[in-house]
Amino acid sequence: MATATAGLGGLAGLAARFRTCPVTGLKVDAAAETLIKANAVAAVVFLAIGGFLGVLVALTRWQGVHLLGPDTFYLVLTAHGINALLLWIIFFEVAVLYFASAVILNSRLAAPQMAWAAFVLMVVGALAVNWAVLQGDSSVMFTSYVPMQASPLFYLGLILFAVGALIACFVFFGTLVIAKEEKTYEGSIPLVTFGALSAAIIAVFTIASGAIILIPTFLWSLGYIRHIDSVMYKLVWWGMGHSSQQINVSAHVAVWYLIGALVLGAKPISEKVSRVAFLFYILFLQIASAHHMLVEPGLSAEWKVFNTSYAMYLAVLGSMIHGMTVPGAIEAAQRKRGFTNGIFEWLRKAPWDNPAFAGMFLSLVLFGFLGGISGVVLGAEQLNIMMHNTLYVPGHFHATVVAGTTLAFMAVTYLVLPLIFRREVMFPTLAKWQPYIFAIGVAGTSLFMLGAGTLGVSRRHWDITFSDAALGFDYPGTAFLMLALNGLFAILATVGGALYVIVTVATVLFGERVGPEGPKTPISAAPAAVTAEAVGKYGSAGTLHLPGTYVLITVFFVAFVLYYFVNWKYLSELWPMS
Amino acid sequence: MAVHPPEARIWWNEPVPKGELLWVAVAFLWGVVMFVMMIWWHLEGRQNLSTEVYRIDPEVFRSRVEAFVERHKVGEEGTTGIPVARVPPGGDAYMLGRLWEWWPVLELEKGKTYRLHLSSLDWQHGFSLQPVNINIQVHPGIEHVLTITPTQAGVFSVVCNEFCGVGHHQMTGRIRVVEPGTGG
Repeated sequence: MATATAGLGGLAGLAARFRTCPVTGLKVDAAAETLIKANAVAAVVFLAIGGFLGVLVALTRWQGVHLLGPDTFYLVLTAHGINALLLWIIFFEVAVLYFASAVILNSRLAAPQMAWAAFVLMVVGALAVNWAVLQGDSSVMFTSYVPMQASPLFYLGLILFAVGALIACFVFFGTLVIAKEEKTYEGSIPLVTFGALSAAIIAVFTIASGAIILIPTFLWSLGYIRHIDSVMYKLVWWGMGHSSQQINVSAHVAVWYLIGALVLGAKPISEKVSRVAFLFYILFLQIASAHHMLVEPGLSAEWKVFNTSYAMYLAVLGSMIHGMTVPGAIEAAQRKRGFTNGIFEWLRKAPWDNPAFAGMFLSLVLFGFLGGISGVVLGAEQLNIMMHNTLYVPGHFHATVVAGTTLAFMAVTYLVLPLIFRREVMFPTLAKWQPYIFAIGVAGTSLFMLGAGTLGVSRRHWDITFSDAALGFDYPGTAFLMLALNGLFAILATVGGALYVIVTVATVLFGERVGPEGPKTPISAAPAAVTAEAVGKYGSAGTLHLPGTYVLITVFFVAFVLYYFVNWKYLSELWPMS
Repeated sequence: MAVHPPEARIWWNEPVPKGELLWVAVAFLWGVVMFVMMIWWHLEGRQNLSTEVYRIDPEVFRSRVEAFVERHKVGEEGTTGIPVARVPPGGDAYMLGRLWEWWPVLELEKGKTYRLHLSSLDWQHGFSLQPVNINIQVHPGIEHVLTITPTQAGVFSVVCNEFCGVGHHQMTGRIRVVEPGTGG
C-alpha cells in the first residue's frame, strides 16, 4: 500500500483543508472528517439506546421473565424499532456516504454547511420522534399502520429526519460531481463508492416514498385529512420501510468490499459483475414493498408474484453474486499473499483476531445463510401464509439488519477509529472478542425467533400465555423454550453490543492519538511468512483459482434449495384454501 | 483494490472468470425456478390466498355478521357469553375482528368447504389460525372472502397477530371443527 503521497500540489488555499492519511495515502478533507465523526457518534448513541431497548423486549417475550408490563412493552418495542433500525443505521450510513465520496475519491466534501444542516435536522427529528414515543400516546410500532394513530410529533419527527437524510444524499451526489470535475481520481469511481452510490440512489427513492405517505398521515393526525386508506398506506409505507433495508444491503456490501480491500488488499474478481450486481439492487429492490402485502386483501396474485420476486429474483441474484464475489475476492487476495495450501488455508489463516475482518466475514456468512435464505422463503407468495406477522419475520430481519448490516458497520468502525478519528483502538482484547460475542448472540436470537415463528408464535405480542384473554390458547412448549433461548442469546448480543459501545466511546474520548506514521496496530494483515510466487494479475480470467469459495457457495446453495422445498412441503399440509 | 478506481480503464470489456460466470448462471436459473414455483402452485397447489375482496362499510359488515349469528347460533362458548355459530356445510361463515376480539366462535365440519368472510370494524388485525398456522391480514372497510376446507377436527384458535393497541394480546377467537354429522 502506498505511503504518504507527499505534496498536495496545486491550490494552496485548498491544501489547508486536507491531510494525507499515512495508511492509505488518501487525502482527507477536514470538513468531511468532522462530519463523518459527528454522524458516527450520533449513530453509536442511538445504537446504545436501541440495543438497550431491544434486550428489554427480548426479556419480556421470555415468558419466564416477562419483564415489562403491556403498556411499557409496546412503547419500548416501538422505540426499539425506531432507534435500532432507523436512527443508528441511517446516521451510520450518512457517515459511510461521506467517507465513500470525499475520502475515497480524495475530494473535498460538497457544501459542508448543508451537510451540517442535514445533521441538525436528523438529530432534531430523532429527538422529536423519541420524545413522542416516550409520551406514551404513540406506541404504534415502527410501522404505524393506519387507522391506528400516533401523535403528530411522531410523524413530524420522522419527516424531519428523512429530510435531513435526503440532504445528506445530495451532499454525497454533489461530492461525486466535484470529484469528477476537479479530477481527484482517474477513470471510474471505485467499487466501494459505486456501492455507496447505489445505496444513495435507493435512499432517494425510499425517502420519496416516505414523504408521499408520511406527510398526508401527519396532516391526518392533525385533522386536516379525513381518511387514509389502510392498504394504500402499507403499500407506500413499505416503499420506504423495505427499500430502506436495501439501502442497508447496498451500504453493508460496500463495507464488506471496503474491509476486504483495506485489511487484505482484496480487489473485486470482476469489476463488471460486482457493479452489475449493485445495479440489480437499484433496478429491482424497490418493488419489495410487496413482501409485506402477500396476505393482504385487495391485490392480485399476479402483482404479488411479480413484485415479491423482484421481477424473477433479480435482486436476490445481486446478493447471491456478492455472496460469491466477496469471499472470492478475499480468497484471491489471501492466495496472492501466500496462503495457497489446500482448499481452506486462506480462510483458516485469515486475520481472525482483527475485529474488522472477523466482523465482516461473520456478517457475510450470517447475512447469507440466515437472513438471505429466510428472506426468500418468507417472500414466496404462498409460503408467506405460514409466516406473516409471526416471529419468523423479526427472526429474518434481525439476521439481515443486525447480523448483516449492524455487524458490518461495527466491523468497519475498527478501521474508522484509527483512520478517521485517529485514535488507537482501546481495549484491543475486548475489541477482538466483540464481533464473535455479538455475532453468536444475534445468530441465536435470529434462529430462535425463526423457530418460534415456524411454530406460529405471533410477533409484537406481550403475552402468549393469553392469561387475560377470554378464549385461551396454548402454544406448544417448544415455543416457550425458543423464546427463553431467544432471551438468553439477546443478553449475549447485548454484551457484544455494549462492548462495541464501550470500546468505541472510550477510544474516541481517551484513545491515544495516532502518530504521523500511522496506527501502531497495522490495518492490513500480515502476509504468509513465505510468500509464494505472486499469482500475477488475478483480476482477470484464467489466473483465478478459488476452490474454497466454490465449496462455500455450494454448501450455501444446497442449504438454500433444501430449506426452500421443505417449506413448500409444510405448506402442502395446511388446510386447503383458495 | 475496491477502494481504487478499476485498474483497467475499460473494465466493462474485461472477460469474466468462468467460475464466476457459472455461479451467476446457477443463481439466475434458481431464481427462475423459484419464480415458476409460485405460478405452478397457483395452478396445482391447494393453498392459495383468495383474491375475492369487496369494499364494505364496517357498519354494514357488523350487521351482516350479527344477522349470521342470529340465524346460526347454537349456543355459547363455555361461560364467556360468546355465541357459537354452526355454519351449514358448504355455507358462508362470518368472523369479524374488533378491539379486542374475534367474533363469533364458528363451528365447522371437517372436510367441508366454507366461504369465510373476514373484516375488521376498527383497526387492522391479524387472523392467525393456530396451530394450523394460517396467517391473513384483515383491514377495516375490506371484506375478504376465503374458500377454506378444514382437514382436521378439533379446537382451533384465532390469535390476533397484527398489533392493535394495548389489549392486542387478549384478542383471540375460536373455530371448532367437528367430525361430519357430530355437530352440536
